[in-house]
Amino acid sequence: MVDTANPAEPTRRDFLFLTTGAMGAVGVAASLWPFIDQMNPDASTRALASIEVDISAIQPGQSITVQWRGKPVFIRNRTPEEIEAAKGVTIEELKDPLARNDNAAADAAATDENRATEGMENLIVMVGVCTHLGCIPLGQQGDFGGWFCPCHGSHYDTAGRIRRGPAPENMAVPVYTFVNDTRLRIG
Amino acid sequence: MSGHSTYEPRTGAEKWLERRLPIVRLLHDTAVSYPTPRNLNYFYTFGAILVFMLVVQILTGVVLAMHYAANSAMAFESVEAIMRDVNWGWLLRYMHANGASMFFIAVFIHIFKAMYYGSYKEPREVLWILGVIIFLLMMATAFMGYVLPWGQMSFWGATVITNFFTAIPLIGEPIQTLLIGGFAVDNATLNRFFSLHYLLPFMIFGVVILHIWALHVTGQNNPLGIDTKSEKDTVPFTPYATMKDVFALVVFCMFFGWFLFFQPNYLGHPDNYIEANPLVTPAHIVPEWYFLPFYAILRAITFDIGPINSKLGGVIAMFGSIAILVFLPWLDTSKVRSARFRPLFKIFFWVFAFTCVMLGWLGSRPAEGGYVLAAQLFTAYYFAHFLIVLPLLGFLETPKPLPVSITDAVLAKNGGHAHPVGATASPEKH
Amino acid sequence: MSKTMIRWAAAAVLGVGLGFGGFAAIAAEEEGGEHAPTHYPIHKPEYVDWSFAGPFGTYDKGQLQRGYKVYKEVCASCHAMSLVKFRNLAEEGGPGFTEEQAKTLAAEYTIVDGVDDVGDPLERPREPKDAFPSPFPNEAAARASNGGALPPDLSLIAKARAVERGFPQFVFDVFVPYQEQGPDYIHALLTGYQDPPEGVTVPEGQYYNPYFIAGMSLAMAPPLSDEVVEYTDGTPMTVDQYSKDVAAFMMWAAEPHLDARKRLGFHAMVFMAVFAGLLYLTKRKIWSDVAH
Repeated sequence: MVDTANPAEPTRRDFLFLTTGAMGAVGVAASLWPFIDQMNPDASTRALASIEVDISAIQPGQSITVQWRGKPVFIRNRTPEEIEAAKGVTIEELKDPLARNDNAAADAAATDENRATEGMENLIVMVGVCTHLGCIPLGQQGDFGGWFCPCHGSHYDTAGRIRRGPAPENMAVPVYTFVNDTRLRIG
Repeated sequence: MSGHSTYEPRTGAEKWLERRLPIVRLLHDTAVSYPTPRNLNYFYTFGAILVFMLVVQILTGVVLAMHYAANSAMAFESVEAIMRDVNWGWLLRYMHANGASMFFIAVFIHIFKAMYYGSYKEPREVLWILGVIIFLLMMATAFMGYVLPWGQMSFWGATVITNFFTAIPLIGEPIQTLLIGGFAVDNATLNRFFSLHYLLPFMIFGVVILHIWALHVTGQNNPLGIDTKSEKDTVPFTPYATMKDVFALVVFCMFFGWFLFFQPNYLGHPDNYIEANPLVTPAHIVPEWYFLPFYAILRAITFDIGPINSKLGGVIAMFGSIAILVFLPWLDTSKVRSARFRPLFKIFFWVFAFTCVMLGWLGSRPAEGGYVLAAQLFTAYYFAHFLIVLPLLGFLETPKPLPVSITDAVLAKNGGHAHPVGATASPEKH
Repeated sequence: MSKTMIRWAAAAVLGVGLGFGGFAAIAAEEEGGEHAPTHYPIHKPEYVDWSFAGPFGTYDKGQLQRGYKVYKEVCASCHAMSLVKFRNLAEEGGPGFTEEQAKTLAAEYTIVDGVDDVGDPLERPREPKDAFPSPFPNEAAARASNGGALPPDLSLIAKARAVERGFPQFVFDVFVPYQEQGPDYIHALLTGYQDPPEGVTVPEGQYYNPYFIAGMSLAMAPPLSDEVVEYTDGTPMTVDQYSKDVAAFMMWAAEPHLDARKRLGFHAMVFMAVFAGLLYLTKRKIWSDVAH
């Protein structure tokens, strides 16, 4: 069609067209970002939510499930046998060697000590979501006496560590603190 | 589409697709090689601006719907959550709300341009009527969208507008009850308005495609109002019209941005920041500014006309003021299109434009005393313009002589020193 | 030639007549409206020089903090502000409290949230994620405590009140741009209480205020008096200053992203101006060989 480029000054003309085109591309890209970012969690969702739980009524061998940030959190009061079983496992036997505990360092090893809190070793607190595809595992079940995920057959031990099945990681431990002997604050 | 397609598939992929779905050819013929008159001015860029605004409204609307709750108990708060908590929510929501106003500004300019240059005349009647349909759909969409934030103006606007239907004798009230799904505007109304507000823009999109199709069959009108006689009169759409449209579009976006960023509530009404309350009516209910002329016409009928009472009369006048546009191609009896060659029409056009502006302003005034009288006067002219002035002008007016062709007129304007024309700028000329 | 002239004249007469007739009718109306104050407010609000006015205006953090104090110690005893959360106090573009301060301010109040193990409602201290507390549990209680009047929620009040500008101000407002009708009104109302003029009787339980938007008097007693709220930064403790500060605070509560909006707006406008300039040059270049 019409190509009327002035042969005398092709560079100036090309430069103008290129600059204009580049600016248009930048403008379109920048305008698109709000349309994408609006899908990310909004400010009220991001606002740090925390809950307090009364843990005095959980007997050894029992566990409760509370909801935090829309997800279930397991709080299990382990029996001495269960604690022993968890402590008896060496890191080499574990599928996932990392503690996955938000209260500990990111590279902490998945020992039972790093999964629970010192002085309250009987309590295990973790986000009750299977690390495979997000189902909720059943408590006190599975080959290791911990949890068993019925969706795709992942077995967790009594410290919530993945031992067998398709799940890649140990179940995550959220940030929590003990307000006093009977109250636990998650988040 | 008019004339022979100049598209030639070059790459293998294009050839492959061409035999199966010639969509590239369609796009090429529509947006690249389509011949446009070379003398179009900036008023002709508003078509592209309107397409852009429709896309902006659909995009912002779709993302707002991801956060909005169409429930009378939650709607107001969900809109505020968008404004406060959603990432960029304030931007998207202000863009959508002000975008509606920008859409109407652009469409009014587009319509008045068509009236000034006589673009509705033979053979573009269908093109014009499709435009009127788009305008009607836009009004319905905008009205239902304004209800969604569930503020005081939303609620009472919905109440007043749906009460139009009760003006119809006998079947009016059942129709109104059916439309709002209850005995007063409530959750059911909000839900269906949300559903329809989401649906209608896509219908607009469909009619816009027909509108563009019709445009490409007849070819564009131009400020001279004369037909294109040869290829010399035209330039290819791309890059000529495209570049002009994009430039105008960015300037329009700056105008949009001035409202969006620095006075996003200027065009809105403060009462809509108060949650809907079915027990309290605001001091005076005003629709959004783009409905004001029609609102003024509605309120101007304060008297009974024979068996038609003032309520029904107002509703008929208001709908009539839009319906009359459909007949414009036949009410205007002049064969000359452009106002440039119609000395009398040109004056009446500006009287009509002034009438519309005044009706708009009167629509925002309380319906009292002198305002009503003024509104009646301007309403009378509004209809007289279509029903008396335009039919008569065709017979009474002596138009100025028309130029032989667009190229002639352009060359005369430029003192006869014009370069060769783009569309015919075949290689031998360079 | 003379025939054309006559036609022009006829059309012009029609146009002018239409315009004149319309204006005469309107003028008659406006003159008629002089007698009794049927349109409120009686006085239009005066302009205040807000830090957040104009295209480059931003909130004054100190003013918002003072405004919060006035709201908290005076307004909050009757008015809710249910759309504002304590976390907002520490968010970008707001009063600039730290997150710790926001936490402390929140913890001064409690909220009933959920139930305990036996199903009784559980009360806990408010957290940053919680909204400002409402002084009354429901509308009936609010009315009962306020002589039948309902104190409106103040979350959006700065955008929900605007005195009509009229012609031609509303045209000029576009160019300024003027978006501070709300805070101007709040300031005018709070400083506008006065004795009613002679011959005007104010209903029992109402207070005369010529700046009130919906009548000549309102049910809210003058809420502020000099030195009622303690300022520690040396700002004058006057009704006028309190009114400005609390109006600014309410503007922020209604429009918390104003700063970000104007900042983005400036960037976007500069970008578009440059882009439009380039597009114009490109367009001119492309059209340079076509007379049009």
